[in-house]
Amino acid sequence: MSEGQQDERTDGFTVPEAPCRPGERSNFEPWDYHPEDLKKPNPNTCTFEDTIEHASGLVRVLDDEGVASGEWDPKLSAEDLRLGLEHMCRLRIFDDRMMKMQRTGKLSFYMRSLGEEAIAIAQTMALEEQDWLFPTYRQPGCQFVRGRSMVSMINHCIGNVEDNVKGRQMPVHYTYRDGHYISVSSPVGTQFPQAVGVAMASAYKGDDQVTITWIGDGASAEGDYHYAVNFASVFKPPVILCVVNNQWAISTHRNFASGIENFAARGIPYGIPSFRVDGNDFLALYSITKWARERAASGMGATHIEILTYRTGAHSSSDDPSRYRPADDHEYWPGGDPIERLKTHLISIGEWSEEQHLDLEQKLDEEVVAAYKEAVTHGDLANGPWPPASTIFTEVYEEIPWHIQEQREELGK
Amino acid sequence: MAYSRAKRGVRKVGVMMVEMNMIQSLNSALDNMLESDDNVLIFGEDVGYFGGVFRVTDGLQEKYGKKRVFDSPLSEGGIAAIAFGMGLNGLRPVMEIQFADYIFPAYDQIVNEMAKLRHRSGGEFSTPVTIRTPAGGGIKGGHHHSQSPESQFTHTPGIKVLYCSNPYNAKGLLISAIECNDPVVFFEPKRCYRGPFYGDPHNVPTWKGHQYSDVPEEHYTVPIGQANLVMEGDECTVIAWGAMVHVAEQGIRDSGISCDLIDLQSLVPWDREAVVNSVKKTGRCVIVHEAPKTSGFGAEMSASIQERCFYHLENPIERVTGWDTPFPHSTEWDYLPSPDRISEAIKRTQED
Repeated sequence: MSEGQQDERTDGFTVPEAPCRPGERSNFEPWDYHPEDLKKPNPNTCTFEDTIEHASGLVRVLDDEGVASGEWDPKLSAEDLRLGLEHMCRLRIFDDRMMKMQRTGKLSFYMRSLGEEAIAIAQTMALEEQDWLFPTYRQPGCQFVRGRSMVSMINHCIGNVEDNVKGRQMPVHYTYRDGHYISVSSPVGTQFPQAVGVAMASAYKGDDQVTITWIGDGASAEGDYHYAVNFASVFKPPVILCVVNNQWAISTHRNFASGIENFAARGIPYGIPSFRVDGNDFLALYSITKWARERAASGMGATHIEILTYRTGAHSSSDDPSRYRPADDHEYWPGGDPIERLKTHLISIGEWSEEQHLDLEQKLDEEVVAAYKEAVTHGDLANGPWPPASTIFTEVYEEIPWHIQEQREELGK
Repeated sequence: MAYSRAKRGVRKVGVMMVEMNMIQSLNSALDNMLESDDNVLIFGEDVGYFGGVFRVTDGLQEKYGKKRVFDSPLSEGGIAAIAFGMGLNGLRPVMEIQFADYIFPAYDQIVNEMAKLRHRSGGEFSTPVTIRTPAGGGIKGGHHHSQSPESQFTHTPGIKVLYCSNPYNAKGLLISAIECNDPVVFFEPKRCYRGPFYGDPHNVPTWKGHQYSDVPEEHYTVPIGQANLVMEGDECTVIAWGAMVHVAEQGIRDSGISCDLIDLQSLVPWDREAVVNSVKKTGRCVIVHEAPKTSGFGAEMSASIQERCFYHLENPIERVTGWDTPFPHSTEWDYLPSPDRISEAIKRTQED
């Protein structure tokens, strides 16, 4: 019986309850999904009907012991595996450092990707460089894969004079056009149907570009989610629609986002091939994304993917999840930790060691510290220098209209 | 500021002027832009095969194909979102919201997304979307086919807001909107699609013979940010946009008072210089719009005018507007500003 069915009924309607609260023991059902369970359909001919099992099962490559197997094994080179591991570690260490800076007042706000590092890293690595990335605030890791400098990312987070968005957005709301990484927007969900339009434009122009976008389980309750899936169903553009089901939208459990437990299956009645994938399995994420890209590039249209994971950290630096869920809940998540799992796999195939891992972490920590030191030479949010106040008035329109010009003059800066 | 008949006469030899109604001139604008720019795409509810419920896109799918002009699901939020994405990725989408009353599911995509993209991305991204939408009353449409929600958009930095009133400015402004690199909300007064409307539902003329119904078949623009002086006078300045331009014209005639009639055309940005110069000349001002009074764009104009013209004003600025109520069905003629109400307001501005 699923959690949703266990809810207490009241007179006439049900208010869902989270599976466990502070002080209670976590009660995740153990997984009975194995890498051999699901076949890999032909991306060039696959229909939604061919994926009904995939939408209710779980695409995995790495088993609980870190052994890769099954049709979905992308058979990546050890070099690529190490690169993936390095980027994931880079993101985690970067996040840790930024969070500390937030706690000391150097940043106004921060959002970590803790426990979800594999998503942005593996999926971006599986795509081509020209492909469009339309992220939420939980996929900043894409930028490491696309080569953005860490200094530039920190400049944005601390809103200094070198911030490429000129101090206009909260931290983590990155824009990185050179990496085809589209500007992050706070109203969650809006990017999902926008990505369908981006993909339609690529297809119209004949560009060899696929668009990937992500949305959270919480935001999948917005109309935007349904606009996107429906427009993708109707127009069949080269788009990959990912629902990151990390169980929590701040304190709202995913059972408020949908009356059913399964998010992947919502793509099936729209006629879109739909998959549920282990979101902490780097190899499975890589493989499903490669598959969806091949399908999109061959003109077969969209793929809908639920990425099953757990938000290990707080929603943001302003959130304290121990107020609404057990503080150690993430330790019981059946999917484990994405970094540990890839590391275990690499060690098991003789391509990595604990010593190498410690060295890597040391190297990355130094990289982050050096980047931070360099970034603050351009100022920080607490002390400045900040972008000039005139940037309030510029780029509202292509050219400054008279009424905004007058207000700029009124400010006198 | 005026594209007077004389000024419009200054044009290239051989330019074909054709008498058009507003539907035809809007269609001609879209035709020109589809022909000259492969990045222009048109979509919305019923705009494809059928050519739009008001016929504005008639024949365009047949001429340019299904990938240039196509129907969309009944999903205004989705229409605006894909327009956003297309604009960001190098196209110049022209989306239609079938009635302005139905724009609100798209409001978040317009106000939070399109309007802020250039700014929020430090200029790395922008999206030149044109949102065409029929607005305003006078067709017995009740409260959900009659609203004129321009001030819901003039309050949002990052979008431009235009409101055409006749076949000539409809085409020229629509081309300006499509060529503009900022998102534009483009209101079309549906009451005036087939003829000007002078406030008398029993006497509805066509555009035939109207001074602004001669329209070049070729590409031309009416600049964003410029008002048009429709009538010239020296005792009062009357400002209107959309269908109310023609109702105001009738009100002025009925009043027997010599007035400047300014068709604002462009609300963001608006032509303050033209307005201020006129009010300084006349010392009196009446603002007419069919949207509700409270927080209507007339309030913004009135405030700006008194800031600039305080010592020139002989009497308080008058506003003649729709009431602060939902738009009615059977009684719409008592809701919309009438020539009588406008005429009375003009007369009040003349009192000692």
